Amino acid sequence: MRAVRRTSLEVVALVVAAVVFVVPFIFMFLTASKNESESADLTFSLPTEWRILDNIKDVFDARDSILVTAFRNSLILTVVSVTILVVVCAMVGYVIQRRPGRVANIANALVLSGLIIPPAVVPTIWVLQQLHVFKTLPGLILVEVAFNMAFCVLLFRAFVAAIPRELDEAAMIDGCTGLSLFFRVIFPLLRPVTITVILTSSVFVFNDFVNPLYFLPGDENATVQLTLYNFLSQFNTQYNLLFMNIVLVTVPPLVLFIFFNRKIVAGMTSGAVKG
Amino acid sequence: MSSRADEARPVGTRDDAGADRPARKSPRATGVRNVRAHTYPYWFYAPAGVVYGLIFLVPTVISFYFAFTRWTLFESEFIGLDNFRQFFSEQALVSGLRNTLVYAVVTSGLKVVLGMLLAVLLTGPIRSRGLMRSVIFFPVLVSTVAVGITFSVLLQPDVGVISTVLAKIGITAPDWLGDPSTALLSVALVDVWKGVGLATLIYIAGILAIPKDYYEAVDVDGGGAWTKFRNVTVPLSRPATFTVILLSLIGGLRSFDLIWTMTGGGPGFSSDVIASIIYKTYQAGFFGLSTAGNVVLFILVTLIVYPLSRYFNSREVES
Repeated sequence: MRAVRRTSLEVVALVVAAVVFVVPFIFMFLTASKNESESADLTFSLPTEWRILDNIKDVFDARDSILVTAFRNSLILTVVSVTILVVVCAMVGYVIQRRPGRVANIANALVLSGLIIPPAVVPTIWVLQQLHVFKTLPGLILVEVAFNMAFCVLLFRAFVAAIPRELDEAAMIDGCTGLSLFFRVIFPLLRPVTITVILTSSVFVFNDFVNPLYFLPGDENATVQLTLYNFLSQFNTQYNLLFMNIVLVTVPPLVLFIFFNRKIVAGMTSGAVKG
Repeated sequence: MSSRADEARPVGTRDDAGADRPARKSPRATGVRNVRAHTYPYWFYAPAGVVYGLIFLVPTVISFYFAFTRWTLFESEFIGLDNFRQFFSEQALVSGLRNTLVYAVVTSGLKVVLGMLLAVLLTGPIRSRGLMRSVIFFPVLVSTVAVGITFSVLLQPDVGVISTVLAKIGITAPDWLGDPSTALLSVALVDVWKGVGLATLIYIAGILAIPKDYYEAVDVDGGGAWTKFRNVTVPLSRPATFTVILLSLIGGLRSFDLIWTMTGGGPGFSSDVIASIIYKTYQAGFFGLSTAGNVVLFILVTLIVYPLSRYFNSREVES
């Protein structure tokens, strides 16, 4: 009797959780499929006519196809930042783990600060101006690299600890040192964590709103998150297009999640636990 | 072509090995040091260090100067503590400080409680728990702006889906985002919706690491599910609790994007937090004041997070 009550309680809890976490996504999709007047009702209902493809076309055509530019910018931003992050953070994670001492202690302290300290906004703008990269994509790439570095180093450092030192020594005896040892022996072994870093930091960079808002303002070179935010005021009557835009920026993380569920979860939780 | 490049490489490395040989003959200590310097060279820090130093450390350090100035980005005039005085005398800014604390405490508290409950539920003998874990975790990966816009539509008074549903079961919903007394808490709830998945997964990892023996011991003693939860799960998943609290405090104290997309700090200043004040003052061109806000946030985060993580670390060593 008690067991029955317990399982039914669990079922109720699960149903509630499912509704709470799934309904908003269904709502996004339904509203994105409606026509303009129906979407303005803001109700949770099936559209009378499904306008998925038309809405996709309309939202891309809107405002001189700014969304196309935005997707291109976000793609460049994500790919370049993540590539740089992977290479430079793998190098740091390797040396920081292999060569303990005062330098490593300082580096570890800096990693920890990077996780905790909120970046100083206006001074960063000032520095970017001195470097002549404020309001440019390369400038934003530098920012994303700098702000996501601590987390990536953390993941690499933990993984390097699991690679036996004997491997380095064997490679050294074969005459491999420095760069060639790292890129030919160690880096290939880091593949699992590299994939994790690529996935998690891609999601972070692609979803980032605050840094583009500060460091890449303006319409002509906006990222997808900024465009979405700007649509909020400009599309105040066209909820179907607003929500189609939301669906479009939700699809890339969803695709990654479907294919790499375990990797992403491992990256997010291990990074978190170690920090 | 590529194979030729590969062939060419060992010659180069053989030269390197030759250069290494005299070092090996020298006293062992320096030899080891040389080998280490070659194998794990410090310049590996350089590429990351340059970017991190320029874009993160330098701004952080100079913020402590510019916070005391009236600043146009081209010239700055030292005005002492005026920015901070203004920060703590204007009612709007003071309430921003309080809101930041409320927001951080409410979100991390709820993430601890709900995260643990969901984790207990999802480590139990339930079918489809893998799917449920994914469903609860997925919002973590969704853009904050998208979540913010979606929920500000769902939370619309009267016509919004949430208010309509509550009305059907006889509850009159408040004007979630439009009422100064509920705006901040409504955003905090959405923050929990988005972030509780990560907390849940951290708890799941913690709970799965608890040895089964403890639960069996409770069975032997005739204890029930509540005893297991109260006396085994809660104390033994303490490291997970510490992690969740720290993570959500760090995130909650600097939280900006969700608040900005949902309320813009309003109505009035009722949901303004330090991070949104930094943005508003920056937009208005008060760069010195904005930087002072950053320094205040820095100090607040450090004062809360640093001692807490020290305390948590010492507790973890004990247990």
